[in-house]
Amino acid sequence: MADPEIKSYAPHHESQSPAVTESRTARTVLMAVTFAFLAIFLLLPLIIVFKEAFAKGIEAYTQALGEPDTRSAIRLTLLVAAISVPLNIVFGISAAWAIAKFEFKGKAFLTTLIDLPFSVSPVISGLVYVLLFGAQGLLGAWLKAHGIVILFAVPGIVLATIFVTFPFVARELIPLMQEQGNGDEEAALSLGANGWQAFWYVTLPNVKWGLLYGVLLCNARAMGEFGAVSVVSGHIRGLTNTMPLHVEILYNEYNAAAAFAVASLLAGLALVTLVLKTLLEMRYGAEIAATRGH
Amino acid sequence: MTTAPAKAGWRFRQPSVIPGFGLTLGFSLAYLTLIILIPLSGLIWRSAALGWTDFWAIVTDRRTINALEISFGTAFIAAAVNVVFGTIVAWVLVRYSFPGRRIVDAMVDLPFALPTAVAGIALTTLYAPNGWIGSLLTPLGIKVAYTPLGIVIALIFIGLPFVVRTVQPIMEEIDKEVEEVAATLGANRFQIISRVLLPGLAPAIVTGFALAFARGVGEYGSVIFIAGNLPYKSEIAPLLIVIRLEEYNYAAATAIAAIMLALSFVMLLVINLVQTWSRKRYG
Repeated sequence: MADPEIKSYAPHHESQSPAVTESRTARTVLMAVTFAFLAIFLLLPLIIVFKEAFAKGIEAYTQALGEPDTRSAIRLTLLVAAISVPLNIVFGISAAWAIAKFEFKGKAFLTTLIDLPFSVSPVISGLVYVLLFGAQGLLGAWLKAHGIVILFAVPGIVLATIFVTFPFVARELIPLMQEQGNGDEEAALSLGANGWQAFWYVTLPNVKWGLLYGVLLCNARAMGEFGAVSVVSGHIRGLTNTMPLHVEILYNEYNAAAAFAVASLLAGLALVTLVLKTLLEMRYGAEIAATRGH
Repeated sequence: MTTAPAKAGWRFRQPSVIPGFGLTLGFSLAYLTLIILIPLSGLIWRSAALGWTDFWAIVTDRRTINALEISFGTAFIAAAVNVVFGTIVAWVLVRYSFPGRRIVDAMVDLPFALPTAVAGIALTTLYAPNGWIGSLLTPLGIKVAYTPLGIVIALIFIGLPFVVRTVQPIMEEIDKEVEEVAATLGANRFQIISRVLLPGLAPAIVTGFALAFARGVGEYGSVIFIAGNLPYKSEIAPLLIVIRLEEYNYAAATAIAAIMLALSFVMLLVINLVQTWSRKRYG
């Protein structure tokens, strides 16, 4: 940088031939459009959540979060995630093992079926369980006779959450394990490991960051799901209200400050998820497979 | 266990030394069947049991048709807006370097991570007549909150990452030599973008559009707060399903859900065909 003359001869970082990049004006316009669009559609909604949450001061904020109904909503959301995420992890690993390690007929069809919940409206994901377990449902009478409560209770909420978060872990692991191939496992087996040891000591360490990535996205959706859970929950305050549902109730009661206080916790969860996700992509990009995004 | 390899013919799976096929496939299929397939076939079974006349009466009900039109129409507009801005955002992220690029890139995934109900109340507060954006638009005579325009805004928010994340990796793979060759042959920048780059990106853009559109049609949480939910005017189809369920009108809820699934399926099929075509044409 000391000698201005050399600087002018050195290839500047962005000085490519004009035909391979846009003119300075065009670049400025495109960047301005991008920043404006993202600021309006992404940044402002995020800011307004925290601004409204603290609109009545810190005290009102902590008081809103200390409310018994809010506390039970937080507990229920944690409980539902604690049940549904591990189940989907077990499924994701098992499906990825079957699909990535073996060649069999109908594999492509099975992979498509696993992605199915992503193309179904959340409301319909909840509706299918109402049709199955509701009072007029296919199993409704039988369940009632045996005193089993699924709908408008925790089991229904867990089922609907599992439905909407079903593909996350599997679709992260399948391409990753396919890319890694069977070589490592075959080596372990030939050295005398049994199948379980090959999985635990060879496969799992190979896919751990990809698995974590999938779990992160699965958990964010599990804790934040609204539509599907709303249909099966029955909205019983203090009993079957998850955090997103509680946000809705408070908001509709014109208690905006409390609604945004609960919403700020969920927004915080989203930010933590984004930060961890970005860190994983930066540090272990290659080990999270070629598939990025959701 | 010696099997004649020449006689192999039809075989369910290729032989492998790796164990656990039966266990993992069996468990996966059982779980998939219990959680997804049985409940979904229950929906199809229930709507088939309705009978054609009942089904048709529900589906051609004015309120149902309006709700479907609003859901599909707003999702279409929002996906189209996202195609334009999402492609620009992806381009800026891939091609330009600026401070904080990493953070901006990470921010694009916010709609995936932020619970839809939170997005819903945040957008409603912003676009309400006294909100930060609403108060700027009201003097211009533009009403966003509690109108179909509000639905479009919510669906733009929800759909943006689908377009960016589908187009971005393909842009990263573009070989700069192609552009250099075009430039050497005398093409100007506009010609290179419209004749060389965009056709190569077309399949990814169509996929991004399809994903954003499909998500928008079914979206519920972020929309119901900002939509105003007036029957015939700003009532989306998923909300109408919820309303019918609350009225214990299972038949209507089922029929609307079935027609939504069928329409989405047809749309995805059409988009799939367009994609195959554009891949053949430009790929």
